[in-house]
Amino acid sequence: MRLLRIVPDETKFDFMRFRRISFPISALMSILAISLYFFHGLNFGIDFKGGTLIEVQTKAGDADLAKMRATLGSLGLGEVQLQQFGAPNDVLIRIAEQPGGDAAQQTAVAKARGALGDAYDYRRVEVVGPRVSGELLSYGVIGLGLAIFCILIYLWFRFEWQFALGAMIANVHDIVLTIGFMSVTQIDFDLTSIAALLTILGYSLNDTVVIYDRIREMLRRYKKLPMPDLLNASVNQTLSRSVITHVTVSLALLSLLLFGGEAIHSFTATMMFGVVLVGTYTSVFIASPILIYLGVGTGRDSLTAPAKKDDKP
Amino acid sequence: MLYFTRWKALAIVLTALFICLFAVPNFLPEKMVASWPKWAQRHVVLGLDLQGGSHILLEVDTKAVRKEMLETLRDDMRRVLREARIGYTGLVVRGSSAEVRIREGANADQALEKLRTLSQPLGGILSATGQRSLDVTSEAGGLIRLTLSEPAIVERVRQSVDQSIQIIERRVNELGTVEPLIEREGTDRILVQVPGLQDPTRLKQLLGKTAKLDFRMVDTGNSVEQATQGQVPLDDDVLYSSSQPKTPYLVEKRVLVSGADLTDAQPGFDQRTSEPIVSFRFNTSGARKFAEVTQQNVGKPFAIVLDNEVISAPVIREPILGGSGQISGSFTVQSANDLAILLRAGALPAPLTIIEERTVGPGLGADSIAKGKISSYVGAAMVIIFMLATYGLFGLFANIAVAINVAMIFGVLSMLDATLTLPGIAGIVLTVGIAVDSNVLIYERIREEVRGGRTPINAIDAGFSRALATILDSNITTFIAAAMLFYIGTGPVRGFAVTLGIGIITTVFTAFTLTRLIVASWVRWRRPQRVPI
Repeated sequence: MRLLRIVPDETKFDFMRFRRISFPISALMSILAISLYFFHGLNFGIDFKGGTLIEVQTKAGDADLAKMRATLGSLGLGEVQLQQFGAPNDVLIRIAEQPGGDAAQQTAVAKARGALGDAYDYRRVEVVGPRVSGELLSYGVIGLGLAIFCILIYLWFRFEWQFALGAMIANVHDIVLTIGFMSVTQIDFDLTSIAALLTILGYSLNDTVVIYDRIREMLRRYKKLPMPDLLNASVNQTLSRSVITHVTVSLALLSLLLFGGEAIHSFTATMMFGVVLVGTYTSVFIASPILIYLGVGTGRDSLTAPAKKDDKP
Repeated sequence: MLYFTRWKALAIVLTALFICLFAVPNFLPEKMVASWPKWAQRHVVLGLDLQGGSHILLEVDTKAVRKEMLETLRDDMRRVLREARIGYTGLVVRGSSAEVRIREGANADQALEKLRTLSQPLGGILSATGQRSLDVTSEAGGLIRLTLSEPAIVERVRQSVDQSIQIIERRVNELGTVEPLIEREGTDRILVQVPGLQDPTRLKQLLGKTAKLDFRMVDTGNSVEQATQGQVPLDDDVLYSSSQPKTPYLVEKRVLVSGADLTDAQPGFDQRTSEPIVSFRFNTSGARKFAEVTQQNVGKPFAIVLDNEVISAPVIREPILGGSGQISGSFTVQSANDLAILLRAGALPAPLTIIEERTVGPGLGADSIAKGKISSYVGAAMVIIFMLATYGLFGLFANIAVAINVAMIFGVLSMLDATLTLPGIAGIVLTVGIAVDSNVLIYERIREEVRGGRTPINAIDAGFSRALATILDSNITTFIAAAMLFYIGTGPVRGFAVTLGIGIITTVFTAFTLTRLIVASWVRWRRPQRVPI
């Protein structure tokens, strides 16, 4: 049986030359993502904005959104959003945070329930008060920052500081682009989004570290090889692994995206974008070439140690 | 890298098997597992998002605690000054202090000394901090100010939370639910998790009520109409009935008997009207007090006040000496039952506010389980097929390692009695994705070594030893992210962090031991002339 080879054995792509294109593109995309964040904004879910989320399912027939909207709109609860959620009889109701503190949120839920009556099955009710939402947001941001910091320290210990810095720039790039994605798609930004961001961080780094590991090995072995060539060789050698791993992770994510249900849909969609699209691109086109600018391998030629072999990878 | 001593191989297999065995109770009927020893019964707990239930976060109303402390302080100051016969003007609460102005000519120094006795050392006699409950200061003109210290308030809030937890436990247990979780969160919060509730409304009603019950006299000497227009007599409160329409009552501030004196409360029906009622019994001192009061006030109405609402205001027809009585007041069977529960459980020391609620109905939970299963099976199947297509026999090795890996994740989750949530299932599916990555790293390295001209056995050996360092490095970074997530996350997100973290550990373990062992055994058995990847 012939085995599947997605990537041929000896590839010689000149990834480093792409940096003249990939760096400006990434810079542009990052700026775009940041401006999207500021001007288009994220669709904060109730975890961070506070308010109420009710998922209802009609007991018989499809849901009549217009009628529900009219019923709920007359309660004077401020902004009420309705959205079909998966099946045609499944509706997600979002009620904006009520003025008047924590108790007011509970009153709003009771009112909505009373108005909708018994024709619906209440599948999920989430109420987040103003103080909790503030805390959750700050925890999320602190956690994300702390994770980046811890990983930076770890990489600094395991590699040299240039590698840690390079990985960090790649990382922030991933997160910025993913936030841009969330802004464009207006996916709910909630606690699971923070989970998605942290996982993207982990995976993207996982990838970067594999390539960096190879670069470090190459640096020890080939003392005179010019840096761009060395980086190219490292990326090419690990290319097959990168591609195969991303296929398996994508397969797992795809299955979650297709069959995992609405509840984790935004989570998996974000991961798909972050891990598969951005993470892979970043480790090859950003994290590796950036080492040239950070000065990895400069001064190797002045080393007195004789080079092994003929310095061809 | 490919040589294992016999005992080492045995140790690896036994460890993996031992961990996998812990997963077994999850797949057996509950009845069968129940007869096993306790340690073997450990199993994965389904999160509230999968089995349905309510997660409710309550917060003690610190403002109310502070207010009550200040009122008590003011009353104490009044009592102390009266007992010492020291004249004063203007005893008021201001901010977080109570101030009093000692009348001119009175002994201000003596007043200061007496008032100082109100300040207690904090943290009992063993405390070495030297902190006291009050700061006592005096100013010119005979002004004495007693300020509540911040640690004293924190201490009181902490005590309130402890007491509230006990009372909430009693209330929730009355609902007859399985395994409710009630625990402190931070200094002033209580987390209540009750699985399997269809409708949390009743739970919330039981949690939200302070249930402070008082028996007080109705003031018939003054007019209620005048009081509602603002002329409330000094010793009275205007309280409204709990039933519609809201009728005002003029009720004396003095509490005759309080709910703390109750020993029992039961729902029942009135024998004449067959309306739902709550019957209660006082303890000895409560019974004595109640008897005394009812003897003195035959023919007058008294008010039964719950959380500052008048439930009923019956007229005392005859002295009640037996220490028991009944409350009737437009109850339904349900509300009579709930009131009885609340009275038996006791009053909360301070009001609680619901600051976060997440409820999942059992229907959605079941759907989520089904979806979680389908997506895991499909995901795993796709990965397995892909690995077979890419690596053939070695792909089969990888798939065996991943299968054992997933079994071990369930084993570790069971050992920890961890909670499995829907994002947690996603975490496992993702782990399948990365677990194969460790195999991919190894196999790709072997392919490279073969191309580099090594003999098959040499190449396999070198492939393992070079790839393992990379596997370790790359997994530690992901693990750091998972650990952070565990630290900041709550509920379902934490479930994701747990499975992801455990998955990384088992992945590294399998890559370092099992995969290597499988490949090594194959190499020993077949003595391959070429590597089949």
